[in-house]
Amino acid sequence: MDELAPGSAGEPEAPRRIGRGVFLGTVVGGLSSLWWGKAVWGPVSHALSGVEAAIPLVPTKGWRIYTVAATMPVFEPHSWRLNIGGLVEQPQALSYDELRALPQVSQVSTFHCVTGWTVNGVHWRGVRFKDLLAQAKPLPGAHALQFVSAEKPYIDYLTLEQAMLPDAMLAWEMDGKPLLQEHGAPVRVVIPDMYGYKNVKWVEEINLVPKPGNGYWELLGYDRDAWVGRSNGYYS
Amino acid sequence: MKPGYIRRFSRTERTLHWVNATGFFLLLTTGLILYLPSLSVDVGRRPLIKNIHFWGGIGWVAALILIVLLGDRRGMLRLARELDVFEREDVNWLRGRRPREQDRFNAGQKLNAILTAAFVILFLVSGLLLWAGEQDTRFRFASTVLLHDGLLYISLVLLLGHLYLTLIHPATRHALHGMVLGTVREDWAKRHHGRWKIFE
Repeated sequence: MDELAPGSAGEPEAPRRIGRGVFLGTVVGGLSSLWWGKAVWGPVSHALSGVEAAIPLVPTKGWRIYTVAATMPVFEPHSWRLNIGGLVEQPQALSYDELRALPQVSQVSTFHCVTGWTVNGVHWRGVRFKDLLAQAKPLPGAHALQFVSAEKPYIDYLTLEQAMLPDAMLAWEMDGKPLLQEHGAPVRVVIPDMYGYKNVKWVEEINLVPKPGNGYWELLGYDRDAWVGRSNGYYS
Repeated sequence: MKPGYIRRFSRTERTLHWVNATGFFLLLTTGLILYLPSLSVDVGRRPLIKNIHFWGGIGWVAALILIVLLGDRRGMLRLARELDVFEREDVNWLRGRRPREQDRFNAGQKLNAILTAAFVILFLVSGLLLWAGEQDTRFRFASTVLLHDGLLYISLVLLLGHLYLTLIHPATRHALHGMVLGTVREDWAKRHHGRWKIFE
């Protein structure tokens, strides 16, 4: 390391202007990470997921709680009902127990938020929409589902086709426990192929409608069909 | 000035430091409420906290810029030059070699100040992108949230080190006197900052 050795005898040393390089390097490196950050961090965090199970590196596996209202809905098990209405033959008002008596399925899937964070390997348990809607019997004119959240004014829509995807469900259990309040207790939509804002939390009403409308975030400019990696400006 | 004391930090420098610290703690608090699920649940009111965090961030950077513009501008230029220059002793200091007499700032303080300044810019840009991305797809990057979080984690490490050296470590904690009142004991300064021109 010649350049760090004392200057040759008698010659005054020029000051080393290193600070500006560190400053600019940090700023440029940080800004450029907008393009390479996730590509680099993704594999690293995946490789660390074994360690992560033993020692949590980020809080609660990387979940963040996004809400739009001042307070979170509180689940009252006795009075709670899931209303299924709109274009159906038999409107339903299912209690929590009645809902859980429907055919149950479980799955492990990845949750992607449109803001860039991802939670791998989430265990869900719930009911497929086909089984959920069996008793209500959608009428021929019904082509979409409107999900009304207990968190006002959050609503969103899925087409019937999207809701019938093999890994879409209405879930009441996450990672082996009843859904926590912040994750939408008692039930939320799970559709892993779409970004989190289509995975409506605190669902209290499902209406069969002729066609999908704009949900809370769609009204603010987000895509109605929120396919992961194929919408909202992301095309990977 | 008390006898035996010398001036280390100007009023502009101290104002800059404390406004930066206050803003950082406000943003850290509101940011953690937005980031940590357990706090999100306990505090709730996300839209309000989000607004405080956003406008607090804008206000923080605006205040820092105003202090530099309205304060001792020549002193600020001098400060920038001091932080820019790393002499042989500074490099030695970082590598644990001698000679390593230090100027008004030691090499670690220089690095901390440089990184802190760079992080203000990165926090601001990534924060504005998070906000703008919510309104418009063109400003949405998959890694914005990662950058903002990464900055938080690195800042916390720097902050903990800074707090330890300034509040706990016996040899260095006198520096806090300088940052509060502007002056430090001459004998302490001579021991830690032997190359400082004030001693020539």
